[in-house]
Amino acid sequence: MVEWTDQERNIISGIFSNLDYDDIGPKALVRCLIVYPWTQRYFGTFGNLSNADAIKTNPNIAAHGIKVLHGLDRALKNMDNIKATYAELSVLHSEKLHVDPDNFKLLADCLTIVVAAKLGNAFTPDMQAAFQKFLAVVVSALGMQYH
Amino acid sequence: MTTLTDKDKAIVKALWGKISKSADAIGADALGRMLTVYPQTKTYFSHWPDLSPGSGPVKAHGKKVMSGVALAVSKIDDITSGLLELSELHAFKLRVDPANFKILSHCILVVIANLYPKDFNPESHASLDKFLASLSLALSDKYR
Repeated sequence: MVEWTDQERNIISGIFSNLDYDDIGPKALVRCLIVYPWTQRYFGTFGNLSNADAIKTNPNIAAHGIKVLHGLDRALKNMDNIKATYAELSVLHSEKLHVDPDNFKLLADCLTIVVAAKLGNAFTPDMQAAFQKFLAVVVSALGMQYH
Repeated sequence: MTTLTDKDKAIVKALWGKISKSADAIGADALGRMLTVYPQTKTYFSHWPDLSPGSGPVKAHGKKVMSGVALAVSKIDDITSGLLELSELHAFKLRVDPANFKILSHCILVVIANLYPKDFNPESHASLDKFLASLSLALSDKYR
């Protein structure tokens, strides 16, 4: 089980309570699709992804980015049992969506960068450490049911 | 993995033009973050008296690292040859596990996003990520 210090819990809940999901979610997913274009393979039915501008203005991608970011809320509410919390979603991503779990890390890195861009000076090394630890636990949990 | 296209090179050079005046600060911040976020990287610096972000050794070393990045930008048409000496240093003397180059690259990207949010758009991010990957590959070229 993952141990969280009080400081880490405060940092993580602080970041999310001040987050504009409608802004950050789409930005993170868009960035992932542009920086790591092979991730587009999972979005064949989402419409026009033919260039960066198409991706940035694609409403399906934006909606999905928001959905994915809200998916992190589950972990926020269950920080002491993230592994069990994501068991179902892990099965979904493995059996139905067939997403290579390495992609979770790519999206997590893009989310970190988008949050860093948003928070500026406030995004201290300690905040980055707590945030990345949280994302790493989620990423691990999402990959747990793959076989 | 990565061939830098002419577009990548142009983007990297343009971005570097904007950020190079803050290179020392970027290097110090990136290194400090790396040591904090990925504590296993501290194993390479057990000889430093102070490993905290903003400390003397961290600042000095961050500056050194960024001068390596500057070198790679100047030799962007053949990074492997351009970084030959540094590769030999890292291979035979420092023996840094190449996995750590990815880690430091990520921290550099985080700092640039943090300091230059408007310039570090997805396209610039993609090209810079490729560039740092090429740099890392060149750095590990002489390992074996």
